[in-house]
Amino acid sequence: MPNAQNLSVAFVGSGGAGALTAGSLLLEAAGAAGWQGLLIRTVGPQIRGGEAAAVVRLADHPVESLPDHLDLLIGIDWLNAQRFGAEIEVGPHSLVIGDPRGGEPPKGIAAFGAPIVAIPMKDMAKAIPDGRPNMIALGIAGKLLGLGEPAFLALFEKWFADKGQAAIDASRASLKAGYEAARDLDLGRPIVPPKAGSTQKKWLVSGNEAAALGAIRGGIRFAAAYPITPATEILEWLAPNLAKVGGALLQAEDELAAINMIIGASYGGTPALTATSGPGLSLMIEALGLATAAEIPIVVIDVMRGGPSTGIPTKSEQADLNIAVYGCHGDAPHLVLAPQSVGDCLFTTQWATYLAETLQTPAIVLSDQFVGQNHAIIERPAEIAFLGQRSRAAEAAGEYKRYALAANGVSPMAIPGIRGAQYTADGLTHTERGIPTSGAADHQIQLDKRRDKLERFNYGDHWASIEGTGNLAVIAWGSVTGAVREAIARAAEDGIEVSLIAPRLLSPARPEQFAAALRGKKRALIVEQSHGAQFHRYLRAHYDLPAAVRVLNRPGPLPIKPGEIHRAIKDWRL
Amino acid sequence: MSTAKTQLACKPADYKSDIKPIWCPGCGDYHVLMSFTRAFAELGLPPEQIVVVSGIGCSSRIPAYTNCYGFHGVHGRSLAVGAGLKVTRPDLTVVVASGDGDGYSIGGNHFLHACRRNVDMTYVVMDNHIYGMTKGQPSPTTEPEFDTALSPGGTGLRPFHPLVIALASGANFIARCFSGEPNETASVLVEAIRHPGFSFVEILSPCVTFRPDEKNWKNLVHPAPVVATDDPAKAARRIMTDDGFNIGILYRGDRKPYAPETGQALVELSELEKEFEL
Repeated sequence: MPNAQNLSVAFVGSGGAGALTAGSLLLEAAGAAGWQGLLIRTVGPQIRGGEAAAVVRLADHPVESLPDHLDLLIGIDWLNAQRFGAEIEVGPHSLVIGDPRGGEPPKGIAAFGAPIVAIPMKDMAKAIPDGRPNMIALGIAGKLLGLGEPAFLALFEKWFADKGQAAIDASRASLKAGYEAARDLDLGRPIVPPKAGSTQKKWLVSGNEAAALGAIRGGIRFAAAYPITPATEILEWLAPNLAKVGGALLQAEDELAAINMIIGASYGGTPALTATSGPGLSLMIEALGLATAAEIPIVVIDVMRGGPSTGIPTKSEQADLNIAVYGCHGDAPHLVLAPQSVGDCLFTTQWATYLAETLQTPAIVLSDQFVGQNHAIIERPAEIAFLGQRSRAAEAAGEYKRYALAANGVSPMAIPGIRGAQYTADGLTHTERGIPTSGAADHQIQLDKRRDKLERFNYGDHWASIEGTGNLAVIAWGSVTGAVREAIARAAEDGIEVSLIAPRLLSPARPEQFAAALRGKKRALIVEQSHGAQFHRYLRAHYDLPAAVRVLNRPGPLPIKPGEIHRAIKDWRL
Repeated sequence: MSTAKTQLACKPADYKSDIKPIWCPGCGDYHVLMSFTRAFAELGLPPEQIVVVSGIGCSSRIPAYTNCYGFHGVHGRSLAVGAGLKVTRPDLTVVVASGDGDGYSIGGNHFLHACRRNVDMTYVVMDNHIYGMTKGQPSPTTEPEFDTALSPGGTGLRPFHPLVIALASGANFIARCFSGEPNETASVLVEAIRHPGFSFVEILSPCVTFRPDEKNWKNLVHPAPVVATDDPAKAARRIMTDDGFNIGILYRGDRKPYAPETGQALVELSELEKEFEL
């Protein structure tokens, strides 16, 4: 039986039916009532004519992963719902509501044996001027989750202000009709509203928005980018907000231009960022090597989607690890980091900006569609002090050496305008002065310098999430970390102690710290959303693992759910 | 002291670095470098306020040969680097240097969009109608019948017309120069740098190694018989019908440069998170 403090609802409809709007409103209203939660949007690549589903998961604690099963599924229509296949799972305890005129329900729903309650949302909407079936569905969900109508009414004022009073009235009437239609229904168990008690402010934010805010807090004041799903929200948030803080965003003609624009801005002294997805990162790789060689700090957020090639633009996968870590030609060490939840997108991007500026090197932030596009209600993240401040050269009277050797490998950078320190930044192998050379000694010296500055830096405890004490360690990264945490919590309820090691810093590798984290662990379960088990191979390349290793890996688009990981833990009894 | 030196920095030699260029003897690019330093001296700009940005190719070696700030990046992307730099540092003078391969082939898309975007910078393309650094392959401006190892019997392709494309794409200043006339070229560069918006200067710069026939360019070039126009239609006719050796400023537009306001924060950072609060 699902926990009463942990509820999951899905709205399904054809593209344009308003399933995502209903989900967003439900999450926001639940947040106002004290719930924490996650809105998982799943859509086809088409804007309309495709399929859309919004899964809202609510709890009295942070929610970082999909539910295993739904408590409530509302089919506004079923026209394209079969395309979701295994993504929408119902169980015998699920309540399924559908419009009898909304087409055939997908086969999977009948297979689970859950009865379908018929509510004619389309016909009911027709009886209301400008009535909308999705708002009726929202009313049904609101009633079943024990949310009060007034919370929604206030939201309509805010959401539909620019659509006029008629739209607000139509939504209200539709919502009421939904409440009325669900009057005699229930989820078969009591709903316990979360205790009001936490004084901590709550945020409703997506990972993409959180990453963008983290970037500005870290000091980013220029962005250039080319629109791409699922990263575009970062750009659309940055465009107005960078302008507010004295920065700017330039829409580039392609990703090649985007990364070179930010390199130009950063060379001029302005911390700069681009955001993209796999296809764009592929195009940026050459310039990433340039920024590495010329020691120019930049931040590149890759919101990963299914690949290779165009892949699955709207769905998540963790398969850009190889290109992010190893993609450059030559030996080109740079930073690769990965956020582990919606809220962590803020921290990780801010930290990445700080590290890039401090170490004068590119930082790739490997977010993904799951944490990037999903919205979460979270406690306001604590403010952190990381502000990118690069070491700058002063006015020089003599010969300035841009790439002078230093104990920590970081040499003060001259910014155009500084008198007497003129130099040419170069992608050619260069001397300490920056003059091109093909000499073996200079090549070796500068390769050492760029490696050492990354490896000798003290990254502190942020390099990984290390939790728990069991001698079975689940090793994961990025967005699957949330599902792993939940699985570990469930295993603890069974009396199985399991620990977690989730590196936030993927490059440079931290062999000493990793060995310390693994001390005493006898088994490792590696969890990742990649067909080629890229993370497992990465771990093998850089770290010593225990003798007993199992790998739970799968490509997107199906998310790895807590239940699967929990099963893998339970099945591996000694 | 550097201060004193900068105050007196009005001689071309003050803009030249101590690095010896690695161009072939007789290369037109030596004269382009001379034109750069003469133009900078005439403008009286402190060298640290100038950035010369380039991509890859013989011509793109030029930044390090100046005493200005320089950026020698990857092949074909110099205009993007220049745009990012100028938008965030409007106080700097940005000159982007390129060649016909770097600028018109691998960097062709950026050329269109740089003209269209109209950021206030100067784009100098040293056009020798050949890939010199890789030893003699056809470039977008190579004549169709020109025989090379990579294109036996010639490419058979119509050459790219950079000035027409610049005009159609929205460049705000268009000129053609000949490297063998460094004083005239320097004067055009001074005007190009002073002109607001995106200025495009195509410099015919012979490759004496792989195109010895280009030594004859000095006999073919001639000053444009007319003054610069601000009428794109007139400029189009002029550029499309001339013989390719018409030297001078051919178009001077008055489009407003692209320059977003930067530097002034309008709100406190803590304001930005308000939209997320429930």
